[in-house]
Amino acid sequence: MNAQPLNFVPASEFKARAAAAVSDPHLRKSFRGAMDFLIGKRAAQFPDADLLERQRGLAEHIRKYSLARLPELLEQLERKLTENGVQVHWAENPEQANRIIIEIARRHSTRLMVKGKSMVSEEIELNHAMADAGMEALESDMGEYIVQLDGEKPSHIIMPAIHKTKQQIARLFAEKVPGAGYTESVDELIGIGRAVLREKFMTAEVGLSGVNFAVAETGTLCLVENEGNGRMCTTVPEVHIAITGIEKVVEKLEHVPPLFGLLTRSATGQATTTYFNLISGPRKPGEKDGPREMHLVLVDNGRTQAYSDEQLRSTLQCIRCGACMNHCPVYTRIGGHAYGTTYPGPIGEIISPHMLGLAATHVLPTASSLCGACGEVCPVRIPIPDLLIRLRGEAQHDARPGHAPMLGQGAAKSGLADAIWAGWAAMYTRPALYRAFGWLATRFRALTPPMQSGWTVSRTPLKPAKRTLHEEMAARRRG
Amino acid sequence: MSARDNILQRLRAAPQGTSPLAPDVRAFHLACSAGAPVSTRAARIELFCEKMAFWHGEVVRVTRETWPQKLAQLCATKGVRSLLHGESYAAVLTGAGIGGLKPYDRPVEEWKQELFEDTDASLTSTRGGIAETGTLIIWPDANEPRLMSLVPPIHFALLDAGQLYDTLFAAIVGQGWSASMPTNALLVSGPSKTADIQVTLAYGAHGPKELIVLLLVDEEEMQ
Repeated sequence: MNAQPLNFVPASEFKARAAAAVSDPHLRKSFRGAMDFLIGKRAAQFPDADLLERQRGLAEHIRKYSLARLPELLEQLERKLTENGVQVHWAENPEQANRIIIEIARRHSTRLMVKGKSMVSEEIELNHAMADAGMEALESDMGEYIVQLDGEKPSHIIMPAIHKTKQQIARLFAEKVPGAGYTESVDELIGIGRAVLREKFMTAEVGLSGVNFAVAETGTLCLVENEGNGRMCTTVPEVHIAITGIEKVVEKLEHVPPLFGLLTRSATGQATTTYFNLISGPRKPGEKDGPREMHLVLVDNGRTQAYSDEQLRSTLQCIRCGACMNHCPVYTRIGGHAYGTTYPGPIGEIISPHMLGLAATHVLPTASSLCGACGEVCPVRIPIPDLLIRLRGEAQHDARPGHAPMLGQGAAKSGLADAIWAGWAAMYTRPALYRAFGWLATRFRALTPPMQSGWTVSRTPLKPAKRTLHEEMAARRRG
Repeated sequence: MSARDNILQRLRAAPQGTSPLAPDVRAFHLACSAGAPVSTRAARIELFCEKMAFWHGEVVRVTRETWPQKLAQLCATKGVRSLLHGESYAAVLTGAGIGGLKPYDRPVEEWKQELFEDTDASLTSTRGGIAETGTLIIWPDANEPRLMSLVPPIHFALLDAGQLYDTLFAAIVGQGWSASMPTNALLVSGPSKTADIQVTLAYGAHGPKELIVLLLVDEEEMQ
């Protein structure tokens, strides 16, 4: 992997990367171990299945209600935040979002921006844009710091460095951190990261964070974390910039606890995180710390496309817990990097087509056995398997009547596949033709080619039986 | 058209579908606790202590009279050379004979280096606690700024047992948060931690390495 923007990692090469990942025993072991651990921790948090279903019902209701009122809630949020002294910006795409952030950073003669965990900043490739503008953007979440130090991208949205062993991290620190010796002690490794990053928190001009929930009625941004780096980024530097997708808003403060409770339990099996940071504005006159200036950047980047379709809209219910990844048999085997997108796993398969278009991502919705685990564990009940099937269809066909075409609509359309299906349909609806085909296929089975394209890469060739089912049944009746 | 107008216009152009009724979180909580007895102060204290211990937070029971002495003892045991505090506690802490007292009396810019590199511990008050999850509610203000509960390696927090709520929802409603949110409100459950290296839990990630809760209880609740 390299530090190129992810959008330059073609999703079309997904299969090659997936194949490489499944043949990497270290990677397989890291992911299997970590996912089993997270699955177990989550399950222990939900001993009462009936209660869980009621909690999921409430959380789904809150998310659906918020989305139904999204334009009004965004306006209310903007109004309240502005009253609180926060400057609100809107960006339709990554370019606009980067431009807004870089302009703010330039105004403050920024050399260093420290970042709390923000997947939206990964989505817009902010670090890359900052580097191009001659400013450093440093990740401060321990996992993100580690992957950035190695020129990589997160492989899991909650546990970014899950693909790395402590030996790999020990070597990385010894090599890249000035003055750090080689140690495999996790406490010492964290101590090294803590020392380096505390120095950075003190000197950074700008701190950037994501948002887990934005509350419209009070103009409050909620951040969930264990480490304290999010609090550092939002409190120590002169300027705090928060960035979020437009779907994260809820109406009332009391709508937050049910979502927060399910988020931490679903993500890492914790009843709560160390910190829940509710920020409603910059430093007020008389206060002695906190940022003097605060901004919120609201990012669309394809979310309005998902919103414009009643079925696809449920994609936006997501609260980014990552439970769908942890429980996905495909994700567990290939890891997060294979997907080539900011959001991997089942949620990535249904959200990436809106962000990057189906031309680049049509293979992703096929990376699923449709086992249904993702939909079953989703705390806000996104019907992920249904959406995967829907997106597979959108990639193969023109837009449904009355629906606007999606970005990259029909990108996986194949004349050959269409012709084969048309031929099959014609034969299947004509009994004489069907019987003739069956007779020929069974009598000439010796001619079946031994190499059958993708099928025989890892399976034995398909070969028709000696007799058709019709013939076998007839023989049986004759007794 | 601005980006704002374009985004809002696209959202408004989308089919509306059926609009769900407003969620009733209170009714949900009532339904879930139906039949269960109303929690008692003693039960909330016990649950809070159990959960806070789970997060590696230490809970020490104190009374209104004894807490300064107890804090002085703890500072001595832990080798605390400097204790950051809000100005309102200056007199009582001095009275307890705690050395190295450091009031947070000027903007952080004027002493950032000292705060980060030469401050062993801090004492903050809390606005209450949440029993269900072992959580402190902290509302920083001009007297007790935001960084007090984050930067020093040891954080002492004074919690009145009478301000323990069953759940976060109960605290939000009971304390009327939505009408009076401060610039920064915090929920804190234990010292800072991370499991980012091979899912191995390590304490003292970026914030405090130790959290000690001084739980203010009545004389008869001391154990």
